[in-house]
Amino acid sequence: MRRLVALAPLLWLGLFFLAPFAVLLKISLSEPAIAQPPYLPLAEWADGIATVTLNLGNYIFLGEDPLYLLSYLSSARIAAVSTLITLLIGYPMAYVIARARPGRQGVLLMLVILPFWTSFLLRVYAWIGILKGNGILNNLLLWLGLIDAPLVLIQTELAVHLGIVYTYLPFMILPLYASLSRLDGALLEAAADLGARPLTTFATVTLPLSRPGIVAGSMLVFIPAVGEYVIPALLGGPDTLMIGSVLWNEFFLNRDWPVASAVAIVMVVVLALPIAVLRRAQGGDA
Amino acid sequence: MPPLIPATLLMLAPLAAQAQDTLNFYNWSDYIADGTLPGFEEAAGIEVNYDVFDSNEVVEARMLTGNTGYDLVVPSLEFMARQAQAGVFQPIDKSRISTYGNLDPEILRIVSGNDAGNTYGVPYMMYSIGPGYNVEMVSERLPDANTDSWSLVFDPANAEALADCGIALLDSPSEITAAALNYLELDPTSEDAGDLEQAMELLEGIRPHIRYFHSSQYINDLANGDICLAVGYSGDILQAKERAAEAGQGVDIRYVIPEEGAQLGFDMMVIPADAPNPGAAHAFIEYFLQPEVTAAISDAVFYANANKAATPLVSAEVRDDPGIYPPEATLSRMYSAEPHSARYDRALTRAWTTLKTGR
Repeated sequence: MRRLVALAPLLWLGLFFLAPFAVLLKISLSEPAIAQPPYLPLAEWADGIATVTLNLGNYIFLGEDPLYLLSYLSSARIAAVSTLITLLIGYPMAYVIARARPGRQGVLLMLVILPFWTSFLLRVYAWIGILKGNGILNNLLLWLGLIDAPLVLIQTELAVHLGIVYTYLPFMILPLYASLSRLDGALLEAAADLGARPLTTFATVTLPLSRPGIVAGSMLVFIPAVGEYVIPALLGGPDTLMIGSVLWNEFFLNRDWPVASAVAIVMVVVLALPIAVLRRAQGGDA
Repeated sequence: MPPLIPATLLMLAPLAAQAQDTLNFYNWSDYIADGTLPGFEEAAGIEVNYDVFDSNEVVEARMLTGNTGYDLVVPSLEFMARQAQAGVFQPIDKSRISTYGNLDPEILRIVSGNDAGNTYGVPYMMYSIGPGYNVEMVSERLPDANTDSWSLVFDPANAEALADCGIALLDSPSEITAAALNYLELDPTSEDAGDLEQAMELLEGIRPHIRYFHSSQYINDLANGDICLAVGYSGDILQAKERAAEAGQGVDIRYVIPEEGAQLGFDMMVIPADAPNPGAAHAFIEYFLQPEVTAAISDAVFYANANKAATPLVSAEVRDDPGIYPPEATLSRMYSAEPHSARYDRALTRAWTTLKTGR
């Protein structure tokens, strides 16, 4: 029975990660065609001879055009900046929740999770209403007399950061809360008794002990943010270059499923490697 | 119509039950009259599941994946032509459509250039692609500009003057590039690399003044005064005009087919080869081709139809609008799109990405 339970995560990984990954890998080694599905089969069986054609050209092609490297880098940069902002906002929130009376912690956590009850798409649409030229924020600022003409807020990279931070903030707060609430209050008292000021206590005791929460929260935000498509599509400007939109172009505009699959495979590899290294550096405590 | 949900997300939408008496209909957003579907359900006793999209590319990806579960889909002609090569449609059985004779033979002839013998498609509506603008905002900034010319948007000086009130272009490389080629007096269907370069040079010149590229958002933005010029689909811009008039905020929108000409397009009703209920699809086409049904849709969405018997029933406001039913003289300057080769599409998409992102 115990063994069966241990198998569950493996089954999950196999079914929802490895199997789709294998399908992608297969398509990425094929060639596009006007057919249904729109790529050539890898293996052909004719006259008792099986021929397997593997086309590595799609991967070579990704190296030839700097667009792909640039969009990986740009995605990683946008995701990293957003993750940092999320951390800076999420940490104090998680800290306050963890230090609140036990009865109130539940309520505060509930408030963090509550927005999830509305569709993610609707919440992003709500931001359009707030940020657009003729929207709530601009009208408020105009009314207050702080600005003379509407600010261009939507279709900017700023709006993308805002969307990502807003959407992923709970993913940062929850692991941080888990780490911070486990923190033994006696350690803080001991530090104070030994003459440490609050800031020193924070820097030398609280922060290092909450590191697993910081790492887990940052990964939960950074990884989906790199591949984010909806937020930049709705809030971003035409010059917001992210890998999600490059994938869209390959898939829909070029009808080139093999190259699109190769882009996706490279993204997984590029993302998975540094994360594996990071986890090792953490000694597996993340 | 609900606000547009990005078409890619709709791809995840589960498909409805495929009962015998159900029509699964996949159409463009904002492209039908309020009474069309209830009228059909009542007349034919067939229930309708109605889904919408805002891009041909999404439809094509779904068609080429197969098993869409749809009985009736409405791609544009040049996309339909390529999908037909992949064998994803079934022939229309004209003998099951008693109203087929209402279609204008001249339009059927034009369409057959991309659908030999009108085998797979029945024209739904016709559209053109041109600039629509906010009359007050544009005349304030450009009192002397020729608003009947593509130069209103393609001349960098004009685009610069309009940048502060907002310019939007369709996020459709093929359609915007064709308009640029036509403006440069080059062949709008050209796949020549040099021609593409010239078109991109023209677009680069106005790029700093473009607020966004999107294929449906401009309807609301134009109506609300959030942008002052959009290059878009004729009927969509005229719907923005209608919404603006209804809102009564004094926003006046005008759509023009410029003097230099514009792209004339056809959206075609097709039946997927694996449609669960092709009978329902035929029944809908038969119902649609009744003159009063087609006319009601044209009146609601401001697109011209190919139903000759319906023309007299279309309201004068729509029928006499040169932006919807172009007069003979304008028609002679219109061009239509052709399916692209895969090689050209890749070059075009790459150039488009450079245009949008500067990289």
